[in-house]
Amino acid sequence: MSQDKIKGKAFVLGKNIDTDQIIPAKHLVYSLEDPEERKFYGRYALSGVPDAESGLPQGNIPFTDPEKFESDFQIVVAGPNFGCGSSREHAPESLMIAGAKAVVAPTYARIFYRNSVDGGFIVPFESVRDLSEEVETYDELEIDRDKNEMKNLTQGTSYGLKPLGSVAEIVEAGGIFEYARQTGMVER
Amino acid sequence: MGMTLTEKVLARHSGNESVKPGDNVWVDVDVLMTHDVCGPPSIGIFKKQFGDKAQVWDKEKLVIIPDHYIFTEDKYANRNVDILRDFADEQDLPYYYDVGTDRYKGVCHVAMPEEGFTRPGEVLFGTDSHTCTAGAFGEFATGIGNTDAAFIMGTGKLWVKVPETMKFVFDGEIPPYIMAKDIILQIIGDIGVDGATYRTMEFAGTSIEAMDMEARMTLTNMVIEAGGKNGVINPDQVTYDYVKARTDHEFNPVHSDEDAEYHSVYEYRADKMLPMVAKPHSPDNKATVEEVKGTELTRAYIGSCTGGKFSDFVAAAELLKGEQVKLDTFIVPASTEVAERLRTEKMNGQTYMEIFEAAGAEIGEASCAACLGGPSDTFGRLNGPEVCISTTNRNFPGRMGSKESQVYLASPYTVAASALTGKITDPREHF
Repeated sequence: MSQDKIKGKAFVLGKNIDTDQIIPAKHLVYSLEDPEERKFYGRYALSGVPDAESGLPQGNIPFTDPEKFESDFQIVVAGPNFGCGSSREHAPESLMIAGAKAVVAPTYARIFYRNSVDGGFIVPFESVRDLSEEVETYDELEIDRDKNEMKNLTQGTSYGLKPLGSVAEIVEAGGIFEYARQTGMVER
Repeated sequence: MGMTLTEKVLARHSGNESVKPGDNVWVDVDVLMTHDVCGPPSIGIFKKQFGDKAQVWDKEKLVIIPDHYIFTEDKYANRNVDILRDFADEQDLPYYYDVGTDRYKGVCHVAMPEEGFTRPGEVLFGTDSHTCTAGAFGEFATGIGNTDAAFIMGTGKLWVKVPETMKFVFDGEIPPYIMAKDIILQIIGDIGVDGATYRTMEFAGTSIEAMDMEARMTLTNMVIEAGGKNGVINPDQVTYDYVKARTDHEFNPVHSDEDAEYHSVYEYRADKMLPMVAKPHSPDNKATVEEVKGTELTRAYIGSCTGGKFSDFVAAAELLKGEQVKLDTFIVPASTEVAERLRTEKMNGQTYMEIFEAAGAEIGEASCAACLGGPSDTFGRLNGPEVCISTTNRNFPGRMGSKESQVYLASPYTVAASALTGKITDPREHF
């Protein structure tokens, strides 16, 4: 994980987006290792969100076009308690497979947060306040990790992000395995 | 300064005299559990990271229980079980419970205690959020992802941030119409679906001490629905009797100290509890049954790790015996042991299965079934705009299969009472 800025289009969601909405259970049968099957996680990422609440404020915007495998959106902005519910690691991984780089939410459910970091899939940034009613889907965003700040290039505003804290080293390493190798816990 | 049960278990397993909330520690794992949804990707990561020829850290400590997508034609789902079987063969795993054999168990969280894998004082991780169920036995048990599971498979360790503990104290006699499900729905409604995020939920008091293990499991099972990292109940003779009846494995119980420090303490009177539901579309969307009674339903569902244990079906049978359901009613035993007891044990001369069949309910095979939707042909799955009352654990949009459906979570008593009328019905009418 480099220190480069993360740039991309915003996809905005409300609160308590659980992992069944991020990747519905019926899709958890595809192989994550077979490149041809893996793509489907990108297609179905966030497909469990009710249509009216998908891509706020207007709604009815799919995260990934049902005909495609990759999303037009790189940064998910959501309300509190993102990723609650099932511990399925397919959730952060499906966001990554769809092309997302980061999620920005005021709070996360613990297992989703941990899976995002330990698997090195996406960076789960905590916003200082809930941005789900300020940022709009399609806004151009730029996250600066050095400054703990996210700029909204469309609206000409900026928002504070909390420092990554104790997980920063794992995020920097790219996941728990890389981190464990760097610290000598795992050989190879 | 004393320690809570969670702090003591994490201290012991990280080689520390003591730990405090916020500490990051590496703990030694006693048991790792996985199933057919998250097992295959965990195995994939394990092989990628440790090599194709790598052996798991301790085959006596790995338990694999396929339970999610079992009775389906879905070829990908069936392939997942093949992957587990091959891995169990290759690693010579003693605790693999294969589908289609008499070893098949059903839902992992109910099978784990049945087989003696949930023991006081231990550390259990599982690739399923409801792994927290095992905290009812006085251990640290929580759900993790595939990467963390693969890490444990190779090293036997995992990093944990020591959580603060919230204490929920219940005193007084639990009324006959109240089940543990009503109590946990009340708590989740009070603190919210993120009210215990990163924290332990500890249940205590004379009402909890009076509960059997299955009722205690219902409480700890649903702590994840409040965002809890884990749930615990201090072990006592009830715990020891249950565990010793199922395993000879030694265990060393720990208990919260009198002077342990808690994040917060909530006190309830059990005798004041009311039958509760969680309305669509969130487990914290609480209402008393009184407030929503008369709501028209299209389906009733009794099953899952939360509400498919033997005592859950005994409660349902008390109301369904000799009656006729007015709704499509699905009965799914959590485990094959539960199913066997329902087939053989009787209530006033009829087996439980006979009671359910006579009442017009449909009975499925032991598995997770429709609790989480699953493949399209899953037994009991909501495939359209159904309004379902269910003993399961989650009612976020689409959880049981369809974004158009609405799910009310309730106790087995409330679900059975509602199945008999076609509308949400207060079980107190039967008491």
